[in-house]
Amino acid sequence: MNASGGGAATAAVTRAEYCVIACAEAWRGGGEILASPMGAVPSVGARLARLTFAPDLLLTDGEATLVGPDGEPEGWLPYRRHLALVTGGRRHVMMGASQIDRFGNQNISCIGAWERPARQLLGVRGAPVNTLNNPVSYWIPRHSPRVFVERVDMICGVGHDSARAAGPSATRFHRIPRVVSDLGVFDFATPDRSMRLASLHPGVTVDQVREATGFALTVPADVPYTRGPSPAELALIREAIDPARTRDREVRV
Amino acid sequence: MTTAPYAHDKTMTPEEVVDRLSSGMTVGIGGWGSRRKPMALVRALLRSSVTDLTVISYGGPDVGLLAAAGRIRRLVTAFVTLDSIPLEPHYRAARERGAFALTEIDEAMFMWGLHAAANRLPFLPVRAGLGSDVMRVNPELRKVTSPYEDGEEFVAMPALRMDAALVHLNRADRLGNGRYLGPDPYFDDLFCEAADTAYVSCERLVDTRELTEDTGALPTLLVQRHSVTGVVETPGGAHFTSCAPDHPRDELFQKAYAAAAADPVAWADFAARFLPPDGDEKSYREAVRIWHEEQK
Repeated sequence: MNASGGGAATAAVTRAEYCVIACAEAWRGGGEILASPMGAVPSVGARLARLTFAPDLLLTDGEATLVGPDGEPEGWLPYRRHLALVTGGRRHVMMGASQIDRFGNQNISCIGAWERPARQLLGVRGAPVNTLNNPVSYWIPRHSPRVFVERVDMICGVGHDSARAAGPSATRFHRIPRVVSDLGVFDFATPDRSMRLASLHPGVTVDQVREATGFALTVPADVPYTRGPSPAELALIREAIDPARTRDREVRV
Repeated sequence: MTTAPYAHDKTMTPEEVVDRLSSGMTVGIGGWGSRRKPMALVRALLRSSVTDLTVISYGGPDVGLLAAAGRIRRLVTAFVTLDSIPLEPHYRAARERGAFALTEIDEAMFMWGLHAAANRLPFLPVRAGLGSDVMRVNPELRKVTSPYEDGEEFVAMPALRMDAALVHLNRADRLGNGRYLGPDPYFDDLFCEAADTAYVSCERLVDTRELTEDTGALPTLLVQRHSVTGVVETPGGAHFTSCAPDHPRDELFQKAYAAAAADPVAWADFAARFLPPDGDEKSYREAVRIWHEEQK
């Protein structure tokens, strides 16, 4: 499952580039939907997916214009239409998380008691509407026990246990395909829909992941490695999509 | 044969807008984050004694400034951000000292609350919010069950009705018709329709013919006069937020604002220089111009 290039080609692939591939894979098979990446690595991943195995994806310029992979405008998506697209479900967003727990509840609002937080963050933003209406994956550039926590302080993005408790209207369109961190890829393919290690980025050990995770993580007997980029994908990442190496600012390994 | 009488001229100054506001009101502020905020009207509000406000806003520095000045009793929002600087320092500090009550709702819930208010409905059903702590921190939120076969349960998002709305547009005429020229209308039309009174500041006041003469102008006429109470010409009135295509966000100034806002001593200096109680919009623009000269 590892990068098939072998020797020098594999050694040359950086951790950030494995992360780009892991993010890009979130949009495989998505069809004609909007890819909404938040963060540098997911943005590179979304454009890579669009340029290779997911040509029907829609992308935005980060403002109100839908654009092709070269930035050519093809449509209009102001916030009001963006929110309608979310509730229509034709979108897969990859959000960040200040905290995420073992059932995939996510927090970007505040740390500590909500009534008077120790640290005020962004606010819930669109995390509640996103998680109940279209697939939501997460990108966490620095995997640590402060981010991967037993319980989040404020549920913004809805996790599996919370959706289940809220009833069928909440679970109807709820889906968390994957969580990507700088250490590996995670999913919820367990009987109780708690988080599972799905693949390790090459160079990372299971122990490292366990130490950096603040809850009991399901680890299968055999954990595959995250696939590496093909030579064509690597060339696209390095020369066409991200020559300024914005990916290295998020993942410093 | 008589000529039709002219429609009412609604032009006024920022101070005249603020004279119509009073303490305890619910005030909606248009724009989004650090984008096309009616900052000149917010600055005029800061120079007044109006306080104890319920503010409804997709928050940016409008919220930050009002929070720093202690004018907010309750804030209704989904976020407060400066966009290129993710966290608004004044908002953060105000929340961390428990300075005001907060109604924290999702971006889509906020939008449907505006729609409900504009359509004179008590609420609209939304899926957003279920399963999240938005329900925990807003115990007054109620649910509603679909009366049709599906029987689904939704959040009944209450109407976000407001006493006054403040928005900033690129162009407007004296009657209150307003036009946006940038990529996104945000929700400024809904703010005006959700409010008992609405005040539109604009980069440039033009006559009605100029407002509508370009090819493709009609869909950009975001705000109509029947939902507007007053019109104010304030060139640079969104500063330092963006007002595309008239001007981008003043990133350099925003950075200075954020740095000052994170430190009480620096903020006192910043406020004395740019937001003196006896100032006005003209003196603000001049102070900003001189500041930019100094940065060169």
